[in-house]
Amino acid sequence: MAQVASLTLLHNDDARPIIEAILADNPGVRVLDMPGCVKLDRDMELVVNRASVEERLGRSWDPQEIHLVLVSMAGNLDEDDDRFAVGWKH
Amino acid sequence: MTIQIKTIDLEPKRQTFGHIARRLGADKPASRYQEATLDVQATDNFHYKPLWEPEFWFYDAGKSAVTMEDWYKPLDPRQFYYAAYNIARANMNQAVERNFAFAEERGLIEKLSAEAKAAIERGLLPLRHLHWGSNMNMSEICQRGYGTAVTAPCIFAAGDHLGMAQIVSRIGLELDGQTGVSLDKAKETWLSDAAWQGARRLIEDLLVERDWFQLYVAQTLAVNAVLFDLVYMRLDSAWRDGAIPVAMLTEFTADWRAEEGRWSDHVVKTVAAESPANKTVISQWANHWIDRAVEAAEPLVSALTNADAAAAAGDAARSRARSLGLNV
Repeated sequence: MAQVASLTLLHNDDARPIIEAILADNPGVRVLDMPGCVKLDRDMELVVNRASVEERLGRSWDPQEIHLVLVSMAGNLDEDDDRFAVGWKH
Repeated sequence: MTIQIKTIDLEPKRQTFGHIARRLGADKPASRYQEATLDVQATDNFHYKPLWEPEFWFYDAGKSAVTMEDWYKPLDPRQFYYAAYNIARANMNQAVERNFAFAEERGLIEKLSAEAKAAIERGLLPLRHLHWGSNMNMSEICQRGYGTAVTAPCIFAAGDHLGMAQIVSRIGLELDGQTGVSLDKAKETWLSDAAWQGARRLIEDLLVERDWFQLYVAQTLAVNAVLFDLVYMRLDSAWRDGAIPVAMLTEFTADWRAEEGRWSDHVVKTVAAESPANKTVISQWANHWIDRAVEAAEPLVSALTNADAAAAAGDAARSRARSLGLNV
């Protein structure tokens, strides 16, 4: 059974480009809407790509900016200057 | 009595305004930029034609020779609306304050040679008048233009020019011990020094240009890309030992050009790509005004330095125009 990698983000205007980037870049992502936040689940790995967010945001974006809207995460973190990813490796 | 705490998810009946949903193709959440920009400008039911220009309605696509199927096609890649713009500029301004504080603490301006100070007074300070003219031009484009997508960022750019004029003025105040004497001299220079009369004639001719998109092309591809880029970025040798302090104190303009250029290039490119007729007319305008700007730059460059900076600035502007799909 695959383990679920997950990111829960605030559902506000600042998070919108990040949420859209995640939905575009992660096939099979499952969306759970909760009051005020959105939980994004996917088997094994979930990635936020800097380029993807920048395309939707209209300015340069540091992946660390995700912390302003990050509520919760599940998975081992893999982060560098170009991506922020949570996942499980077996 | 037991208390149960539950959350209820209330689905909004609509995610956004009707006119936004029609533009997005579906009723989905819209960004603040979209809601602040799309279809904001009135298009119908104007009550009377203006007495000063009765051949047009207040908002009239006929005020320019270029035509667009949809003037909301050239959106701002920076997605600036009022709040985003202010936040971006506030951040840039923090760097300005720190740089001026650093220059003041170290006395970087006082310690400059007399030649450097004279060069800055003659060659940099009168730029505040060129910025004022640019503010007038961007305001004019905002007023006469069509479609909020293009016109709203114009008033942001107009504000930016005033900000840059203030920065230039502050440099002058550093030079004259906060008395303002250098700024009075700079105005005299602007009005009577042969070095500046080309730039002055150029901006004054633009003040009376009635085709608002021609004015946009002239301001962004000629005044910004030739004259401002020239003085702020290609004249280091003119400031002599003041080159580094000037670069530091005018850092805002370098950052601004990079960011504003993303928007203005995108607008010109999009409108030129709309039709061969647009491309022809915009290319003619770009050619004409870049030539005028290089002509205006020549006496300024020869007064300040012996480099061939005017031609180089013109070539850079033409190369930029070509990258936007224009024939120059």
